[in-house]
Amino acid sequence: MAINYLNPLFEVVRNPDRCIKCRVCERQCANEVHHYDPDLDRMVADETSCVDCQRCVTLCPTRALKIRPNENQFRENGNWSQQIMDEVYKQAGSGGVLLSAMGNPREYPVYWDKILLNASQVTNPPIDPLREPMETKTFLGKKDQSIHYDENGKAVYEKNPYLELDVPIMFSAMSFGSISKNAHETLARAAQELGTYYNTGEGGLHKDFYKYGANTICQVASGRFGVFKEYLDTGAAIEIKMGQGAKPGIGGHLPGMKINEEISKTRMIPKGTDAISPAPHHDIYSIEDLRQLVLSLKEATNWEKPVIVKIAAVHNVAAIASGIARSGADIIAIDGYRGGTGAAPTRIRDNVGIPIELALASVDQRLRDEGIRNNISVVVGGSVRCSADVVKAVALGADAVYIATAALLAMGCHLCRSCNTGKCNWGIATQRADLVKRLNPDIAYKRLVNLVHAWDHEIKEMMGGMGINSIESLRGNRLMLRGIGLTQKELDILGIMHAGE
Amino acid sequence: MIIDAKNMQYAELNKMVRDSEEDKFTLDNVLGQRYIGAGLPEGKEILINGTPGNALGAYLNGAKISVHGNAQDATGDTMNDGAIIIHGNSGDTTGYAMRSGEIYVQGNAGYRVGIHMKSYQDLFPTIVIGGKVGDFLGEYQAGGIIVVLGIGVEGCPVGHFCGTGMHGGEMFIRSDVMPKGLPVQVCCTVATQEEKESIRHYVERFVKHFGNNADELLSSNFFKLTPNSASPYKQLYVNNL
Ligand code: SF4
Ligand code: SF4
Repeated sequence: MAINYLNPLFEVVRNPDRCIKCRVCERQCANEVHHYDPDLDRMVADETSCVDCQRCVTLCPTRALKIRPNENQFRENGNWSQQIMDEVYKQAGSGGVLLSAMGNPREYPVYWDKILLNASQVTNPPIDPLREPMETKTFLGKKDQSIHYDENGKAVYEKNPYLELDVPIMFSAMSFGSISKNAHETLARAAQELGTYYNTGEGGLHKDFYKYGANTICQVASGRFGVFKEYLDTGAAIEIKMGQGAKPGIGGHLPGMKINEEISKTRMIPKGTDAISPAPHHDIYSIEDLRQLVLSLKEATNWEKPVIVKIAAVHNVAAIASGIARSGADIIAIDGYRGGTGAAPTRIRDNVGIPIELALASVDQRLRDEGIRNNISVVVGGSVRCSADVVKAVALGADAVYIATAALLAMGCHLCRSCNTGKCNWGIATQRADLVKRLNPDIAYKRLVNLVHAWDHEIKEMMGGMGINSIESLRGNRLMLRGIGLTQKELDILGIMHAGE
Repeated sequence: MIIDAKNMQYAELNKMVRDSEEDKFTLDNVLGQRYIGAGLPEGKEILINGTPGNALGAYLNGAKISVHGNAQDATGDTMNDGAIIIHGNSGDTTGYAMRSGEIYVQGNAGYRVGIHMKSYQDLFPTIVIGGKVGDFLGEYQAGGIIVVLGIGVEGCPVGHFCGTGMHGGEMFIRSDVMPKGLPVQVCCTVATQEEKESIRHYVERFVKHFGNNADELLSSNFFKLTPNSASPYKQLYVNNL
């Protein structure tokens, strides 16, 4: 047999004084790490396939388990990290393109953490959100630039289609296929209860979820899976997916083995065949072509639905956004390079795209400079981790944010980054019936609602502290932001001053 | 209902069709108006005299459209059902991602015809082109059938890179020479008599729309293109956790 060069990433540490050999860990681990050895009458582990998902640790009734980074390390090298060496071994063994999951884990700067918020002192007093009304309701869509009057002098309002959000937070696209049906149900129910929206992703919409249509954004991607009249009519908005932060410039590929009965019905393709989304929409090579798709969707839905265009944050994002603002789209969604994914080529995930904070600041500025900011709403995603990130995003110019990884964490995801194996022990990124049923939508959706309510309250508290009682007054209010430890160039791009200035 | 589309904007024209209770429409003097018939359901019928613009019959949902003139790009984009009959030529990405229904083109069609066409259960799309087509015919094809008759065409009636990424469905190309530059995912064979009979239905429908002789057309040599495997990209990746 060929030598396996790979060093297990983790070590399973079992406290023998605590282990009662109940074999829960064995049943819970889809990676088959634990098993009971009857000869030795004890639990043993083969950690080569452990992904540190913490399922066994969490469910062990006597807290006998710990997963630690493997102490056995290759010889330290500042240049050749163990990770890079492992990757070379994997590719030498297989000849394959490296495939990873979830967001870019590398230690690039997180600009959210280098931005500080303001608060009122003495003058312009803070507002107490528990006492005063605070508004976090948000409308997404084109905003009229002028008021027209009829012959009686009454104002007439042009009705542009819009989305109404009770909180400036939506759940971003995750297809049924990349995540389980229970995970989709969780998102749909939470969106309904919160008065916001979730997004089908590019895999179509399961029949059981048509009832959540009023809180659904229906995605149209290059593969056009599951896209037909009824689907377009059911959602509250249509999102054209041009790109995704985790894999800008790359299409999607759901392997045939993951296309089971239910996914086949939803995507409207036969069971067992590959679902390939080409990297580009092959009918879109220009802003004019994009306009054509935007308008054809509007025509097909009687001009009743706002159309979102989603792109990845890339180097010339501001110019692209300017084009999109003129394409007839109502909302632009920008996904930063830390955005999550069910599967992306590692090299793309880790090396392509730019941080959402910088992309957002430059897009907002560009649209303002060109006088077209009100043509379109701006939604950002790609690692919005907490309410402070939301507040900073809004102050940098976002109308609302998209969250996905945080929503999965609320359901129990432990960020083990192995979604691409299809064996998610938390029932999220898997289609295996025995694993899917571990995620109980009744419980999970309440956790998700809790999370967003808590964030909403925190947003109100931070706004109140700044003396602002409406999210509208925070939008693009960069005076509320100061940078810390940033270069002048970074401050210029973000359009903010340094702390102390 | 007869509509004179002269100098009419597309939105106005399409709204008239959409909002009307009537089932049959004749649109005269059509000149470049886009999205005609977008998402239109079964039971509706549109006859177009002139040159419709891009995305004719996009998301078509059962309606029937015939064009006396040429169609432009993205005809039948993401079409779910119905028929588009073009007495003329058709532009690029004709039948993009169509899932069911039929598109018949009397003359030639552009690049990327039938790209990402797919079938599902009893949904089965068909494209029949009378003349020749550009490069990338049936790119990413996942289902359905594409027939190129090459009537009056010298040499092979399809361009380069035919069937790139193809992973389902079939193409039939009437030609004595094999298409050039076929990718490895595609399997190209000379169609047997039996295989040719399997497309008789489509050829006869073509003849019904535009004339010609089905037996004569079917007596020529056809190449049949099918995917080499249902998973052309299976071996491409290695998990990197
Ligand atoms: S993969 Fe998860 S469940 Fe299995 S041993 Fe590792 S941490 Fe435990
Ligand atoms: S969704 Fe599941 S597989 Fe993916 S990172 Fe979270 S716990 Fe791991």
